Amino acid sequence: MAVADAGTRLEMLRDMVRIRTMEERCAELYTETKIRGFLHLYIGEEAVAVGVIHHLGPDDAVVGTYREHGHALVRGVSANSIMAEMFGRYEGCSKGRGGSMHLFDAATRFYGGNAIVGAGLPLAVGLALADKMQGRKAVTVCFFGEGAMAEGEFHESMNLAALWDLPVLFCCENNLYAMGTALDRSESVIDMALKAAGYAMPSWAVDGMDVDAVWDAAASATGAIRAGGGPQFLEMRTYRFRAHSMFDPERYRDKAEVAHWRERDPIDTFAARLRTEGILDDDTWAEITRDAEAEVDEAVAFAEAGTLEPIDQLTRWVTTDPEEATS
Amino acid sequence: MTTSTSTGLITYREAMRTALAEALRDDERVFLMGEDIGRYGGTFAVTLGLIEEFGPDRVRDTPLAESGFVGAGIGAALGGMRPVVEVMTVNFALLALDQIINTAATLLHMSGGQFNVPVVIRMTTGAGRQLAAQHSHSFEGWFAHVPGMRVLAPATVEDARWMLRPAIDDPDPVIIVEHGTLYGAKGDPGSGPVDIDHAAVRRPGSDITLITYGGTLPMTLEAAEALAADGIDAEVIDLRTLRPLDEATFLESVARTHRAVVVDEGWRSGSLAAEISARITEGCFYDLDAPVGRVCSAEVPMPYAAHMETAARPSVDQVVAAAREAVAGGG
Repeated sequence: MAVADAGTRLEMLRDMVRIRTMEERCAELYTETKIRGFLHLYIGEEAVAVGVIHHLGPDDAVVGTYREHGHALVRGVSANSIMAEMFGRYEGCSKGRGGSMHLFDAATRFYGGNAIVGAGLPLAVGLALADKMQGRKAVTVCFFGEGAMAEGEFHESMNLAALWDLPVLFCCENNLYAMGTALDRSESVIDMALKAAGYAMPSWAVDGMDVDAVWDAAASATGAIRAGGGPQFLEMRTYRFRAHSMFDPERYRDKAEVAHWRERDPIDTFAARLRTEGILDDDTWAEITRDAEAEVDEAVAFAEAGTLEPIDQLTRWVTTDPEEATS
Repeated sequence: MTTSTSTGLITYREAMRTALAEALRDDERVFLMGEDIGRYGGTFAVTLGLIEEFGPDRVRDTPLAESGFVGAGIGAALGGMRPVVEVMTVNFALLALDQIINTAATLLHMSGGQFNVPVVIRMTTGAGRQLAAQHSHSFEGWFAHVPGMRVLAPATVEDARWMLRPAIDDPDPVIIVEHGTLYGAKGDPGSGPVDIDHAAVRRPGSDITLITYGGTLPMTLEAAEALAADGIDAEVIDLRTLRPLDEATFLESVARTHRAVVVDEGWRSGSLAAEISARITEGCFYDLDAPVGRVCSAEVPMPYAAHMETAARPSVDQVVAAAREAVAGGG
């Protein structure tokens, strides 16, 4: 297995901690009713977004789901604008119109924030088609849960991408539960990489709790795509430590199962490994956690100070002001 | 590909094909995508011959995956292309409703103005060809319900020829519904351009306003001629754009004629006809001399047998009867 250099690995640790810190704070803010609507936390799954997105450049595109705060943050959307979005403020990355489930950012080619399970996949196919038809060398990464693989849009999109040889990285975040429905209660075949292989697409299962493993797999996959190898599929085997959303009493899984997976916490295990290898010391760890806290503190303050979109703008951007068209 | 006759008349199908070819020729961002539009030549032969001229990348045959390829069209639009996606019929477009409604129509607003979606989605609509209950309905009223999209219903050869370009240039999603009975209709394509903002008065008149669009325009014009023989001078308005509705044109007309009948091949309940009737009531109630009439399809799934299908659809006789009733019932 190829391993990233020490500096990159520390950056990946830092990014995982940033996500975790932000998500933990979001849970508190939800309890304080600062954040409303549905809130889906990425805690436990951080290694996936971090290990994959570290391979992307500014011309690449990311399509995410409604559990996308972490992806947005690692992609370069500021914590300030993410938090302001969740507060429903005009300074949010979607002007407060999207909330937790609909983070968007044109500057980083971050295309959501899609809360219809499976619906981001055709979008990713189309973005990649546009890149290919215009001779751009970009990669589109599409994140989706294993629940999406029961949707027709998954199969339609895999087929189109393979048929047209498009530069898409399909990144399945298999956290074993589609909301509360366990994988083996919803899928006849639970080997997701095997399903993908049915579309003649190179596919691997990856330990999604290990950011080194994710980084290595994504290096191979994005490298193959950039070399003209067509779409690739990665099944990231991961686990959601927290409830599906803030309205989930978790009747469908045992506490023992959650505890078992928590022993494989992607941050704890990676930090321990970096310490063993002499890459991480106490001072650096303290700095990483302190910086993450500071970033989130600032984001919360920014969101608190944010403004509300004037109601007279309610019907703005239902259709495009001609001078504002970007696509 | 256009086969112009010596009279300058071409078919609606040829007009649409000419427009598509012109768009492909003029704008390298434009490409077509859909089921059997390439090698097969298009289910209704609209795209016949285009793959030979423009190649399989730009006249792109797709698998039977409406949600997938409509969604891919949306993504390609976001990526800077100008896709013109063909869905074989409006009934099949139901398989792509998620992408059309949840993504294409919402993305701009939901993203705070960041992502407009310049995709055009064409589809055949309507009955009259004995294609029964899964190929013949008129769901354009559903699309017209949804903010964030434009819905066009070219009813004439001229509109078939010239509505496409402004649809492609529209920065937001545009649905074009083409009534299946119109493809063979001949007409003068004119020299363009046309706008996609306004309804058109297809026949001026002073006694009653008949409001329609798409496939029912020819029968409504026929009804107006029949009414003229009875001394009733009907104005016929072709809505052309179903969303956003150009209500000013029909309200001005109804305020002048004091009577209105709406002809809509959709089912009456919750229909576009209901919307227009409501707007007339809101906008010129005190100008009305009679209740607004409606001629819509019978509320049944469209049957196959020709006599039953005919009975289910709006007819000239029904339009004439509704107009006479409105005129007779007025003050």
